[in-house]
Amino acid sequence: MLLRHTTAKEIDRKALTINPAKTCQPVGAMFAALGIHGCLPHSHGSQGCCSYHRSALSRHFREPIMAGTSSFSEGSSVFGGSANLVQAIDTMFTVYKPEVIAVHTTCLSETIGDDLTQIISKANDDGCVPEGKQVIYCNTPSYVGTHVTGYSNQVAAFVKFFSTATPKKRNVINLVAGWMEPSDMREIKRLAKVMEARTILFPDMTDVLDAPLDGHYKLYPTGGTTIEEMKLTGDSKFTIGLGQSCTEDACIKLENKCKVKFEVVDIPIGFKATDRFLMSLSRHANLPIPDSLSDERGRLIDLISDSSKYLYGKRVALWGDPDTLIPLTEFLVSMDMKPVYVVTGTPSKYFDARMAEILKDIPEAKFKSGELADMFLMHQWIKQEGVDLLIGNTYGKYIARDENVPLIRFGFPIADRPGHNYFAKTGYEGGANLVKQIMDGLLDHIDTNCLEEKVEFQL
Amino acid sequence: MAHILDERKGQVSVAGANVATIDCNKASLAGSVSQRACVFCGSRVVLYPIVDALHLIHGPIGCAAYTWDIRGSLSSGPELHRLSYCTDLQEKDVIFGGVKKLYEAITELIELHKPKAAFIYTTCIVGVIGDDVEQVCRTIEDEAKIPIIPVQAPGFQGSKKDGYKVACEAIFRLVGTKSKPETPAKSINILGDFNLAGELWILLDYYKRMGVHVNATITGDGRVDDIANAHNAALNVVQCSGSMNYLAKMMKDTYNIPSMRVSYFGIEDMSDALYDVARFFKDDEMMDKARELVKEEFAKLMPQLTWYKERLTGKKAAIYVGGAFKAISLVKALRLIGVETVIVGSQTGTEEDYDLIKKLCNEGTIILDDSNPVELSHFVKEKKADIFIGGVKERPIAHKIGLGFCDHNHERKEPLAGYEGMINFAKEIYATAMSPVWKFTK
Ligand code: SF4
Ligand code: SF4
Repeated sequence: MLLRHTTAKEIDRKALTINPAKTCQPVGAMFAALGIHGCLPHSHGSQGCCSYHRSALSRHFREPIMAGTSSFSEGSSVFGGSANLVQAIDTMFTVYKPEVIAVHTTCLSETIGDDLTQIISKANDDGCVPEGKQVIYCNTPSYVGTHVTGYSNQVAAFVKFFSTATPKKRNVINLVAGWMEPSDMREIKRLAKVMEARTILFPDMTDVLDAPLDGHYKLYPTGGTTIEEMKLTGDSKFTIGLGQSCTEDACIKLENKCKVKFEVVDIPIGFKATDRFLMSLSRHANLPIPDSLSDERGRLIDLISDSSKYLYGKRVALWGDPDTLIPLTEFLVSMDMKPVYVVTGTPSKYFDARMAEILKDIPEAKFKSGELADMFLMHQWIKQEGVDLLIGNTYGKYIARDENVPLIRFGFPIADRPGHNYFAKTGYEGGANLVKQIMDGLLDHIDTNCLEEKVEFQL
Repeated sequence: MAHILDERKGQVSVAGANVATIDCNKASLAGSVSQRACVFCGSRVVLYPIVDALHLIHGPIGCAAYTWDIRGSLSSGPELHRLSYCTDLQEKDVIFGGVKKLYEAITELIELHKPKAAFIYTTCIVGVIGDDVEQVCRTIEDEAKIPIIPVQAPGFQGSKKDGYKVACEAIFRLVGTKSKPETPAKSINILGDFNLAGELWILLDYYKRMGVHVNATITGDGRVDDIANAHNAALNVVQCSGSMNYLAKMMKDTYNIPSMRVSYFGIEDMSDALYDVARFFKDDEMMDKARELVKEEFAKLMPQLTWYKERLTGKKAAIYVGGAFKAISLVKALRLIGVETVIVGSQTGTEEDYDLIKKLCNEGTIILDDSNPVELSHFVKEKKADIFIGGVKERPIAHKIGLGFCDHNHERKEPLAGYEGMINFAKEIYATAMSPVWKFTK
């Protein structure tokens, strides 16, 4: 047993995190920056961080991840990293020719107190930034928040640096994407298209982190929100943020800067959250929801009804990020399942409040967010009373094996299965995909584990 | 050469064409998309396979999250090393110091797991905020009566290679702290094998068949007590020049234990590794057994290898790996199955390594130190390589340009060492080079 060291009894921990259900800010910033076309993320710190973040993203998406690093040395840790960053900016524009460089900080550059505004204006003064190109930045110290915070900070920086209000308003809705797969974004764009809504999605990882294999390596893949589109977001008539923790900040900034009103809804996972998203879009774009989407919804409900006797009362443990856990937990409850344990390493009062609401009819349910909300705690809970299903990232595979419980892979990172960037979990069709995966997990488990005489042809 | 940064020209060389030595050991250029990692990374991967010790990372969460079970170093016993422990420093700790949190975390861990020893890694910011980690470690060492070893590994102090040295120093603090009375005279320590995919176990079997006692394995499937007793071995057999040479040197200086450099990749190098040990002990019986073993394994291996060679001849490979010594073995192993190497690069090679590579390779082979994706993909196209051998960051690039790929780094899933490793290697190269999928890419 790989996790034989887990004790069922909860130990008193004050300082020790074991098997975290989160990672650090910069990786989120790097991920978000990849959703802008022609953008090169840059990690202002030692090369180790950058290497880890690129590897983490590369393992998950199985795509090349490009990012520069300031390559701090002993000297930079004493005198600051200003010279490194100015040189890095020069080098990157000369060699990699991005449209924009998105600088994020690391623990180290934050701790020594580098002032990015100053350094970047120096790079501009020194003529390191070619005509028409831009350097944007955000602060992402890892000792504050998590990878989710980093994503949010980067998305807010897009607004801060790009969004511009002109007198010419456009009949367009901004969609701010929270942390999700390119497949999920593709589905959201499809839904908007079916509704004939004009939208700008940002950031947009479609055709970036799910790029087709055509024998060419493109430093800047064809996808991503263009800078032109980013600027236009200031003229849109409304903004819908998808996921509170990743997008609310950007929505607020956009309202303050360009007077674009906004609403934050959940990432459309499951039929309820999808209903809410479509209704919001319908209301603000002033367009009806077409019958074809109602049919999609009907097919999802049909699938759930066919599966309901197996779904009823199944105890589920889940972990990941607040923005996906909230609609996912709601979806499970709406299918009569019992999400009994929910853990996220990202501290969020909003998450706590929503969970309390969603889980109010399941008294045995436990949830926790923030410091010490880790996979070790989750495993201890499971040891105290077992579950039928796990939903979360690859770090759950040890628990799955030790406790002989099926695992549905969901979230970040997924390092041991391909395809999550191709098959959506958003929208009604994504919901159907999820139900199918859940049913496969539950029924495969029955087929392999039940007594021989109980194996049935028809389930 | 517009795709090469001017400042990097010294780090690119062509076998045969220029005599100048390659400019390595140089810090990555700021702004270049380096494939390199940091000091912490180097120390962590080396110490990680010590399976009955605790590995606690004192720093913010990221460094711990990224090194959680990333390397398939297998254990035949405890699995403590596969968990991720971290003090998860928060803003208040950065301002007021993390010493108290560290003390609590270590004591909580010892209470929980009763380990044999603990390694406490400090990352970039801990040095900057000024936590006295040594002091905390000494205090707990006195209280808990187990070795608590600080591993000071701020990433900015250098590259992965510098981290190896830090790890060696940490290991060396354990060496000589215990003596097992029964250590046989003809015993060796295996240095620099990390038991990826169970490779160490293959080697243990070979040495056992030769009648050699293996004293400590450092660090693959490693145990604290064995390492403490490592000074009682007669010889250090060191693989992978990068990571463990420094430990071997310290053990030579302090305990007068000689060392030899070996490689377990490819049949030539593997056989030499066995013969050299027998030769060292001046033991004819041992040598006979080694010859017997090699003969046996050869007989099993050759027919299969010939099958692959017939089919792979004419294919071209590009290599980009961490250590240059490994690259050298790979060039030889590839040659054995008919594959010519057209590009060789490494993250951490030394001048001698690169000179050796130049001598070994055909004229025109491109040699790279600390490369980046743009450069790599350019050269791969120019040299018309069919297969790329590298690590996690190179795989998707290779695939995007329609090349086969073989992971020879941490993420290998089948053992590639020893004779059976050679077959696995040939099979993997064949499967990826010949995959029909590449026909559909254009
Ligand atoms: S936690 Fe900080 S130091 Fe560690 S990888 Fe993340 S940014 Fe780098
Ligand atoms: S460079 Fe420093 S902060 Fe970054 S991963 Fe390495 S030790 Fe951690």
